[in-house]
Amino acid sequence: MSGVHAHALHYHGHSPVHRLAPEVKIVAMFAFVAAVIATPTRAVWAFGFLAAVLAVAVGLAEIPMGFFLKRLSIEIPFVIFALAMPFVGQGPYVEVGSLSLSVPGLWGSWNVLAKATLSVGASIVLSATTEVADILSGFDRLRAPRLLTAIAGFMVRYLEVVVSELGRVRTAIAARLGDLSRRREAATLAAVSGTMFIRAYERGERIHQAMLARGYQGVMPAAAAPELPVRWSGMVAWAASAWVVAAAAILTT
Amino acid sequence: MTALLEVEDLAYTYPDGTEALRGATFSVAEGERVALLGPNGAGKTTLLLALIGIIQASRGVVRVGGVTLEPETYPEVRRRIGIVFQDPDDQLFMPTVWRDVAFGPANLGLDGEEVETRTKEALAAVDMEQQADRAPHHLSGGEARRAAIATVLSMRPDVLVLDEPTSNLDPVGRRELADLLSTLDTTQIVVTHDLPFALRLCPRSIVLNGGRVAADGPTAELLSDTDLMAANRLELPYGFDPGTIAGR
Repeated sequence: MSGVHAHALHYHGHSPVHRLAPEVKIVAMFAFVAAVIATPTRAVWAFGFLAAVLAVAVGLAEIPMGFFLKRLSIEIPFVIFALAMPFVGQGPYVEVGSLSLSVPGLWGSWNVLAKATLSVGASIVLSATTEVADILSGFDRLRAPRLLTAIAGFMVRYLEVVVSELGRVRTAIAARLGDLSRRREAATLAAVSGTMFIRAYERGERIHQAMLARGYQGVMPAAAAPELPVRWSGMVAWAASAWVVAAAAILTT
Repeated sequence: MTALLEVEDLAYTYPDGTEALRGATFSVAEGERVALLGPNGAGKTTLLLALIGIIQASRGVVRVGGVTLEPETYPEVRRRIGIVFQDPDDQLFMPTVWRDVAFGPANLGLDGEEVETRTKEALAAVDMEQQADRAPHHLSGGEARRAAIATVLSMRPDVLVLDEPTSNLDPVGRRELADLLSTLDTTQIVVTHDLPFALRLCPRSIVLNGGRVAADGPTAELLSDTDLMAANRLELPYGFDPGTIAGR
């Protein structure tokens, strides 16, 4: 990860998708996810088309397959949940080899797998092509409550600060107690979590003072980030194609 | 010289009973660069916060450019007195350097074009134009310090106040910071423990101790006064002799 391109989810590039205004990508992603959710589970063919629509976006964004699949691993907990469904679902059952699987469970499993994979895939395209700061200013320009985007911004900004503080505390503990077993380390860390809270709280107070010192009066000023050109047409066409698939699936099932 | 900043009999007691300020009085003229020296617990940080009303002094007056500090004038006083806090992680709270530098002017209610002009100008003044789109946590110590200064310069303050600007900087970073600060025309108050840095940058020093002004005069003279230094827990680095160094 280079210093300039900050977050791990981002894939540095100059593709047409990278250059789109963030608000366009946010709207397109939500439209695509909504289309995926609206598509009936049993219209299996429709998910194939939706996957093709997503593949077009991944291709245009020039995201390498390896990067995409690695980021997709975030859905593994859902996959495990989905794979359990055929075993715990109700009847009717279908015999597969020596296993008796629940038919509604199998459909449920397919529903979660297909929809989660496509939705996560769409969010990967957004996060891989848009810096966190730009996603936030995109939400600002879409008139999301500024307080919420500000809180999200603070979270992103201070996550690393707090994590590195925790790292220093861990080092200090290890230095005094020698090599720790995982269990003992966990117990000690639980004890210092109170200290960490106080530290984070005091940091919050100092930040608030720094904000007041620069004229903050309770309202975050509008994002003053340089704007990217807004080009809706391509993105509208892309999201609309997902909706055409969803509509066809709804009408035919 | 007319006084740009006047502080008269400023006092403050923390809720736990600690008397941090006990009637501090001094003034700073336009264009001056003044070091504010003092041991830990002398009341330096409290004084900074009281200057702009973040903590309300129980007694005393602060006037900057003819504007007296009171709740109605907080926004005006906070524009005129720009404080660069000690930890850049506290100062730089926005997702990118650009947005952080633009935060102050945007709070002043300026229009987008003016905010952009000032942001560019402030970034140029600290030579950080190339890093405008970077996230603050990916800056080096020296870069973060310069970005923090830019966030205040963009408000075009009358007085620039820096709290321990050399903390966590390596010697080269310290020298570069001194070079940068000496190029800025703005009136400056530099709160520091770094006495060679004060000597290099500030012709005049104010020593704060026990919440009062213990001494006020030419930096080279104060640093050469061993009794005064000892009485105020100030100590020069080993082998450093202010008499042999050409101060400003």
